[in-house]
Amino acid sequence: MKTNFQLKKVDFIFNNENDWEEVLSKNLNRSRQDIINELISSELKGRGGAGFPTGLKWKLSADANDETKYVICNADEGEPGTFKDREILSKVPFKVLTAMAICAYVIGAKEGYIYLRGEYFFLQPEINNAINEFEYYCKEINFDFSIKIFMGSGAYICGEETALFESMEGKRGEPRNKPPYPSSYGYMGKPTVINNVETMAHAYTICNYGAKRFYDLGVQYSRGSKLYSVSGDTPKPGIYELELGMSLSDFVDEFGDGDTKAVQVGGASGFLVPRKKFNETTIGYQGKLTGISLPTGGSMMLFNSSRSMYNVLDNYLVFFHEESCGQCTPCRVGCQQLLKGIKSVKNGQKNAQYLDKLLQLAETMQFTAKCGLGQSVANSFSSIVENFREEMIY
Amino acid sequence: MESKIKIKINGETVEVEKGTSMLEAAKQVGVIIPTLCYHKDLCVAGNCRVCVIEVVGQKRLSPACATPCEDGFEILTNSLKVRNSRKYILELLLSEHNADCTRCYKNGNCELQRLASEYKIMEQDFIRLVPFKNYTIDKFSPSIIKDDSKCIRCQRCVRTCAELQGVNALAVAFKGDQMKITTFFEKALNDVICTNCGQCINHCPTGALVERNYIEEVWDAIADKTKHVVVQTAPAVRVGLGEELGFEPGTRLTGKMVSALKHLGFDAVMDTDFTADLTIMEEGTELLTRLKKVLVDHDPNVRLPMATSCSPGWIKFIEHLYPEHLDILSSCKSPQQMFGALVKTYYAQARKINPDKIISVSIMPCTAKKFEANRPEMHDSGYRDVDYVLTTRELAIMIKQAGIDFNRLEDMHFDRLMGESTGAGVIFGSTGGVMEAALRTVYEIVTGREVPFEKLNIIPVRGTEGIREVSVKIENPLKEWAFLDGIELNCAVAHGLVNAKKVMNSIISGQTNYHFVEFMACPGGCLGGGGQPIPTSPEIRQKRAEAIYAEDAGMPLRKSHLNPEIIKIYKDFLGEPLSEKSHHLLHTKYVKRGM
Ligand SMILES: Cc1cc2nc3c(=O)[nH]c(=O)nc-3n(C[C@H](O)[C@H](O)[C@H](O)COP(=O)(O)O)c2cc1C
Ligand code: SF4
Repeated sequence: MKTNFQLKKVDFIFNNENDWEEVLSKNLNRSRQDIINELISSELKGRGGAGFPTGLKWKLSADANDETKYVICNADEGEPGTFKDREILSKVPFKVLTAMAICAYVIGAKEGYIYLRGEYFFLQPEINNAINEFEYYCKEINFDFSIKIFMGSGAYICGEETALFESMEGKRGEPRNKPPYPSSYGYMGKPTVINNVETMAHAYTICNYGAKRFYDLGVQYSRGSKLYSVSGDTPKPGIYELELGMSLSDFVDEFGDGDTKAVQVGGASGFLVPRKKFNETTIGYQGKLTGISLPTGGSMMLFNSSRSMYNVLDNYLVFFHEESCGQCTPCRVGCQQLLKGIKSVKNGQKNAQYLDKLLQLAETMQFTAKCGLGQSVANSFSSIVENFREEMIY
Repeated sequence: MESKIKIKINGETVEVEKGTSMLEAAKQVGVIIPTLCYHKDLCVAGNCRVCVIEVVGQKRLSPACATPCEDGFEILTNSLKVRNSRKYILELLLSEHNADCTRCYKNGNCELQRLASEYKIMEQDFIRLVPFKNYTIDKFSPSIIKDDSKCIRCQRCVRTCAELQGVNALAVAFKGDQMKITTFFEKALNDVICTNCGQCINHCPTGALVERNYIEEVWDAIADKTKHVVVQTAPAVRVGLGEELGFEPGTRLTGKMVSALKHLGFDAVMDTDFTADLTIMEEGTELLTRLKKVLVDHDPNVRLPMATSCSPGWIKFIEHLYPEHLDILSSCKSPQQMFGALVKTYYAQARKINPDKIISVSIMPCTAKKFEANRPEMHDSGYRDVDYVLTTRELAIMIKQAGIDFNRLEDMHFDRLMGESTGAGVIFGSTGGVMEAALRTVYEIVTGREVPFEKLNIIPVRGTEGIREVSVKIENPLKEWAFLDGIELNCAVAHGLVNAKKVMNSIISGQTNYHFVEFMACPGGCLGGGGQPIPTSPEIRQKRAEAIYAEDAGMPLRKSHLNPEIIKIYKDFLGEPLSEKSHHLLHTKYVKRGM
């Protein structure tokens, strides 16, 4: 298995080397196809969770035949243990705005929105100042594009793209059926590109430095760098930009406290990796090389041996059973059953074999839930129960 | 044939229209996929997940209702994975559901119960969640009981209230395990803008929404020998009742229904169709009076159009949503309430019965009628005009309880005095029927000639379009109505409150200049009413409509003003339409309710 044998720190996102006005003007003078090709060849994948190829996403919306289209930047950042989008928006907002404008140019949109997590209200004035300055420049160069902030109101599910559209349309934030996908039927039923804040920031890097510099980082299927929000039992919590494709043991060497028992990769909807699997686990997008460990939002939570894995799982399930939108059966009822189920096993009301029924339930949720929330509960549930079964029972 | 694609369902190749849902495609090859949140009347939600199927090559299962077929798809509807998932989903639903089936009003007509039975969900491995929930039962409405412990959150009621009715009294609130279907600030249905139309009941797959039933009260009244129990039956009941008793939709059972009611022990069985004819006399005259006031007298206090007032769901709707526009309503009571007021006056006098001793019962396709009978205004006879309102469904329950073998019943006639009707009265049960009946009479009053449509069938007002318009030109009127000469009488028909809303908005904004508009709360009119047999669907309503129009076509008299009992009641009791007595007994006022 090829991995980078040591962590490579990268500084694309937060560096101040460049001038966004120049990057914007430069790209508005390129052909749309040229930009799409650049993105496609960079192999940038969405950093908001699902890892969809960004170049293809832009292309699909660009190809959609409609007068009105939208660009939306997903800054809902609701995944527990993730706090990198906040950092990007407060430190380098112009990179995000610029990437949104380039996207708008590519697909033919005139309006953009930043869907900002409700708890980040304090960022709003600063971002608005940046938007004003940005829009002023757009006017100067005769580029017709405006950006508005839409404040979320605290529901985790509203980070899911179609629930996000519903919520922006003034409706209850419930995920829609897919298909149709946002590229043809998004906000207001119009073709929409929705990208995570970090995805936009990487798109900026690529539009600025070219695809190659980005592509050169990482491993097959997982190119470029990624921001990680490191938390838990670590002496150095914080946000780090690292090359994709690192091995988890290298990561733990760097960030662990010497007693790391497990790492939760990708937040509550990600996977728990136990110490015995650190060596064989690579952090990257799904593919032959990397196995299962999607970084999703890039949350890396370290647990040392003082932690109860039962409590960790209980915590996640409490989160999911409250944050499920409640619309679909497997997720709404399944989360309640998983939560009550592990309690019953712990307190002896149900025998240990009941965990197997719960594992099957989690798998059923993965197959049948309507959106990514319900589908990914099985990730943490199964990886914790399978790796720490004794801790669930005794 | 460009738009055709080929897919395989359980190995069988089938050609379908592009965009066809997997559910529809499966139906085409005779494969039935179970559903719960899906309903033909509503947009697709895809939230119950019971209809999941496997697309070969995909890891996740897809909801058949919400997934369009794509060329080359291979679909498995009964693979092990599908069956196991479906079972789990049903188990989950049941763990959250108060599955107290033997004590449930919907026992025997519950979609969840049926699936649980099909999939033989016998064991209860999952933890029962019901004891952990703070479920409420809302019993405050005279029409509807809402029991959250039976709710499976399919949102069919929410979609019904929004999409069909535009009322939005029911909505989803909270999230996660707390998610539920409730009202504004979780008030009782009685305290919100619910119109009591009962469409939510008709579309609920379980026992979460049911009518408030008065079956025991009516049995008690029948058993009470000191009471004279009179029953009236609405036009749409006779074409719906059969569905509850094992007949095909659209079976006409008027004579057998009368016979069954007599077997149940009612002292007199009469017909709401009679007061439907009476409504035409009153409302038709009222329309002509208003036309004269507006067109000749230029009376600033009178305005057009005039709107019909026989649908109590529509009445509560306009009272809530358009309280400033109640003056467009006809002042006529609904046929049910006219009947009630007459039973305890005209009928009591004629039969020499103390009205005190009369219990008046009505059988309605409608739950809003329960609310209507309960309105404080509805006591013009000096008593409560209608004591109990039963739905078509409740009547069927009584018939079954009484052990009546419906097939063996002889056809019988309604009792005299208020039991005679014309085809015009019958078609009140369908959207467009009131309009058609009114035009048959009004046109003839004005011109002395029959309305100029072949066989009196005013086809343009029939049908299923949500809003339909017809203009009838008045030519060579009788002298008295000379002011109407050459006028195009612009009429419109709306059914389903979402369409009522559209028409109201167009009237208020001045986009339309109607003279007369028929509004019915329910899709299809009363035949699709909230008290009719469950299930309902566009096809079933179509069958009922055909039955209604067949009933009309077969009647010897088809114009309200020719009904001999109508002629008699004006001669013996009321005097003439809009007389003082009519005003007292047959007309009413409305309440500004607001939001
Ligand atoms: C329950 C749930 C929550 C999500 N929350 C977020 C979020 O907070 N921020 C985000 O960027 N994407 C979130 N996503 C992913 C989005 O649906 C979507 O995939 C993403 O915004 C696409 O952008 P990308 O292609 O740049 O990753 C969430 C998905 C799910 C299922
Ligand atoms: S999976 Fe959960 S969050 Fe997603 S639609 Fe279903 S209930 Fe809602």
